[in-house]
Amino acid sequence: MTQETPPLTHINMSSLGREENGLNLDKEDICLEVKNLDLYYGNAKHALQKINMRIPRKRVTAYIGPSGCGKSTLLRCFNRMNELVDGVRIEGEILLDGNNIYHPSVNVADLRQRVGMVFQKPNPFPKSIYENVAYGLRLQGINNRRVLDEIVEKSLRGAALWEEVNDRLHDNALGLSGGQQQRLVIARAIAIEPEVLLLDEPASALDPISTLKIEELITQLKNDYTIVIVTHNMQQAARVSDYTAFMYLGELIEFDDTSTIFTNPVKKQTEDYITGRYG
Amino acid sequence: MEEFTQQHISQQFNAELNELRNQVLTMGGLVEEQLEGALQSMANRDRALAEKIYANDYRINTLEVSIDDTAVRILARRQPAASDLRFVMAVIKTITDLERIADQSKRIARMAMHKSLEDANLKHHSTIAHLSAHVQTIVHQTLDAFARMDIKVALEIIHGDSKVDNEYENISRQLITYMMEDPRVIPIALSLLWSARSLERIADHSRNVCEYVIYFVKGKDIRHTSLEHIDKEAGE
Repeated sequence: MTQETPPLTHINMSSLGREENGLNLDKEDICLEVKNLDLYYGNAKHALQKINMRIPRKRVTAYIGPSGCGKSTLLRCFNRMNELVDGVRIEGEILLDGNNIYHPSVNVADLRQRVGMVFQKPNPFPKSIYENVAYGLRLQGINNRRVLDEIVEKSLRGAALWEEVNDRLHDNALGLSGGQQQRLVIARAIAIEPEVLLLDEPASALDPISTLKIEELITQLKNDYTIVIVTHNMQQAARVSDYTAFMYLGELIEFDDTSTIFTNPVKKQTEDYITGRYG
Repeated sequence: MEEFTQQHISQQFNAELNELRNQVLTMGGLVEEQLEGALQSMANRDRALAEKIYANDYRINTLEVSIDDTAVRILARRQPAASDLRFVMAVIKTITDLERIADQSKRIARMAMHKSLEDANLKHHSTIAHLSAHVQTIVHQTLDAFARMDIKVALEIIHGDSKVDNEYENISRQLITYMMEDPRVIPIALSLLWSARSLERIADHSRNVCEYVIYFVKGKDIRHTSLEHIDKEAGE
């Protein structure tokens, strides 16, 4: 005898998918909050216009958009890297765990310890693999060999590089392949245990296999870190991120969970961009 | 709909989506012909036509395979997103239902080849005449709705589906009465009943296609939901 099944008509099927993937920004623990952020390069260029958004903790949030739309600029706001550029003026707030990182009392070095960053091109120091990872720790005054050994191994394992380099930790890091160098830089960033990892085009200079390794690493890292990634590769954003933001000409056009953005975006501009149409 | 396949930066991608769409429209046209021929052979007891319809079914099967192939190639090479992705998904699902409409038409043609029909009188035949015309209109409008991605027509068809179900119920009751009155008509009554059943299934497949039209246009999956829910999700 077959069991009687309840009629499907009472279930809102179209909402099922969303409930299953469990992504709802309102239910997330918010790590970073951007409030009314404006950024000007000099007097002429209004590079970011009234950005408001919330970035959830221990999720991967991706920014997509055409070149010059402001996504890297916004990413660099999260650890105040833009201050290194001449003539930048920033208005508005970015809250990290509820505290404004632009408040005068904030120590930028401390902030950058909490918000780590990895760039497009791998930039290891011309030192050994070991010293690259230990660098940030030594700056913090940690010199105990045993502590360093432990953290270096943990970080390299965390960056999925340990198996490949554990027999040559004291070789020069510049001898590694591009993909390995990028994972080494990630290991260096996570050695000091940041809360947030900013990744600016982390795989764009890598071959497809190294790219997949980085993407796999990102999905592992989100168990421990909040990850914000800028990418030109839309498929990459679709593969690795939980939430996706689309930016255009300095404005945040649409921000939603990634499957919604890639199957049924609300705004026409988003649709045109991700389907490759004339904007 | 024309705009949809003409705005990509990649002209090649435009051409591929266009080709996919044209293939589906061709298949739709063939399916419509098959249904019309099957019903005609049934109504006119035209055995030769029935055999032709029966034999022609392979053309639709071939098209189904070829369209699937085009769709898979687009998925693999273009990684479509948003409306492009929904379009390819809608096509893949639509052709399954079109192929089944053709299968049901083939069944009707097989019924028409049945000897029992030769000595049937007009009274029996007229029982499915109205349903035949009705379902043909539905299939025609469904293909139109798909070609123009017309959500309004799609909604009308979804709403009208219960009429077909009722009509089918009435026909089966009527045919049972004939069978009880005169057991000699059982073979022909059964043939007609099965044909009516096929028509009812064809209307269901048309309804499915309309659901994919709504999925493409609105991005909402409204399968297996109530009519109120469909109206809410698909309303303008």
